[in-house]
Amino acid sequence: MLLLERRPVASSLMRWASPLLALILTIITGFVLFLVMGKDPVEGLKFFFITPVSDLSGLSELGLKMAPLLLCAAGLTVCYRARVWNIGAEGHFLMGALGASAMAIQLSESSGFWVLPLVLLTGVLAGMLWAAIAAGLKTHLHCNEILTTIMLNYIALNLLLFTVHGPLKDPFGFGFPQSVMFSDSALLPALIPGTRLHLGLAFGLLAAVAVWVLFARSFIGFQLNVAGQDHRAAAFAGFGVRRLTWFAFLVGGATAGLAGASEVTGPIGQLVPQVSPGYGYTAIIVVFLGRMNALGIVAASALLALTFIGGEMLQIAMHMPKAVTGLFQGLLLFYLLTCDAFIHYRIRRRKTALQPLSAAVTTAPQEA
Amino acid sequence: MELIINVLAATVVAGTPLLLVALGELICERSGVLNLGQEGMMLMGAVAGFAAALSSGSLLVGVAAAIVAGIGMSLLFAFMAVTLAANQYAAGLALTIFGTGLSAFLGAGFVGSSIEGFSRVAIPLLSDIPVLGRVFFDQDPLVYVSFVAFAGVALFLRYSRGGLLLRAIGEDPEAANANGLQVLLVRYLAVAFGGGMAGLAGAYLSLAYTPLWTENMTAGRGWIALALVVFATWRPERLILGAYLFGAASILHLVLQGLGWKSSTELLAMLPYLVTILMLILLSWNPARTRLNTPLSLGQPYRPGC
Repeated sequence: MLLLERRPVASSLMRWASPLLALILTIITGFVLFLVMGKDPVEGLKFFFITPVSDLSGLSELGLKMAPLLLCAAGLTVCYRARVWNIGAEGHFLMGALGASAMAIQLSESSGFWVLPLVLLTGVLAGMLWAAIAAGLKTHLHCNEILTTIMLNYIALNLLLFTVHGPLKDPFGFGFPQSVMFSDSALLPALIPGTRLHLGLAFGLLAAVAVWVLFARSFIGFQLNVAGQDHRAAAFAGFGVRRLTWFAFLVGGATAGLAGASEVTGPIGQLVPQVSPGYGYTAIIVVFLGRMNALGIVAASALLALTFIGGEMLQIAMHMPKAVTGLFQGLLLFYLLTCDAFIHYRIRRRKTALQPLSAAVTTAPQEA
Repeated sequence: MELIINVLAATVVAGTPLLLVALGELICERSGVLNLGQEGMMLMGAVAGFAAALSSGSLLVGVAAAIVAGIGMSLLFAFMAVTLAANQYAAGLALTIFGTGLSAFLGAGFVGSSIEGFSRVAIPLLSDIPVLGRVFFDQDPLVYVSFVAFAGVALFLRYSRGGLLLRAIGEDPEAANANGLQVLLVRYLAVAFGGGMAGLAGAYLSLAYTPLWTENMTAGRGWIALALVVFATWRPERLILGAYLFGAASILHLVLQGLGWKSSTELLAMLPYLVTILMLILLSWNPARTRLNTPLSLGQPYRPGC
């Protein structure tokens, strides 16, 4: 029988090797999967990982998908460091998209430099408002934030569907559930002329820098870390845990809201029902894969952006189901958590059949 | 009167998948393991059940395949959360994300197919009871399975030695281990039971509720079931009440439309999620009471002999 033995010191090698190992295991599984489906595995992996980023337009598309992932992940990093289990980035994102769209449509007659900032700000505030609901429910009514944020995600999705089928629907849209196209003054400028890559990626990178500054240089980042490690210690030190929870939620809502606003004012240019292919959920994987670290989430968001584009590529080139994206993402997270176990533990084979009862009793108190 | 009976019968149908998955999670949590992967296991059950029923032509084969799929998924979770002592929150989320992706991948070829699902079978004598007979005993066979599962779980927890051991392990795994109980084995069994029930609940959706497969067809029911277990404060009797209450919330929009209420379907579709939040608020009002009933080791990994 295999037994886990706690390492005296957490392995810092494993901490960084684990994401790489998880990626390798995912690729191996993908290889087997292609074989089982009767497709050429080398060709398949090439279409998934290499072809999408082999030219400038491919790279700009990668940046396009990275932007919302990175923004959502930056906010979630702040939450998870403080052990606030916010699963609601998808909902914050959708509300950000909804709020920004409502403002952009309101201002469709206006032009001026102030239009775009106002539209983005509305998105940020909408995301924060949505996160504030879950924050209030947690800090004042003691509701489990995992359950409330998930429920709020479904409610946000239905609100968005309601508005694109109702108040924000384009009356001349041939009955399609979508809003009017936004005016040019409400659209994000392109980052590289001639491509679809827009300012959203810059927002994402800035958010990653802000996360780094927050945790490496600021007192509130230190407080968040302490609260994440031990709520009671934070309380004894006088760091209001309630205040920190609110802070984490509001940051999470703001960045995901901005991501939603950037999506509708960037590549889409209008509000549509399928504004998110699950960015808010994928961002959870980004945070874990990126080790809740600024540089890590930049790399991880690039990799997960690739799963979206690679999935589309396989769909076109090899007639694979679109869901291959979700499959690879799930596998990656699965393997990561498995490999992560070896940061704190190593495997030891049990030699004796059963541990003497006395040993179990004497080691037990050390557990606590 | 006819309308009321129909609504009540539809409530039981809508509450059945919630009851099935929540009973499984209840047993799992009583052993101290919090599995947030219900949604992923249900989706895998739904797709496996549909695929097996479609290709074999037998609904029973479909149900068996769904249960096996649910158990298989839950064992992946158990390996991470029980053997490797990984964070249960993260492992459960991983299971849901993985199950959502895998079920959509495997089910891509079945979208648009349909089968003859379970039909209603009236139980002789019992179905003749006024009102109650029509509501509870003129349903499809899986509804009866859910009654049996409920009675089984309630009796097991309250009166059996196994139930006592399970509760002991959930409350204090170290003491249980010191008394010679196989904590990890029991936790594996509890997780697997939860997986089988989630798979069965998925099969209920794809073989009885709406006999077809669509991506993400569980629509958050796995998460609602998790809230339901908290709502029930880990007690089966309150669980069955809660399941039908949530069932009622999820068909309320049909009732309102039937009464000629003109409102958007999307707004009404929010109701079950709003009700879930409302229930969490009502229940969490007094955190001390919830804490009193929570299995003490819930969410804590246990490593014997470390």
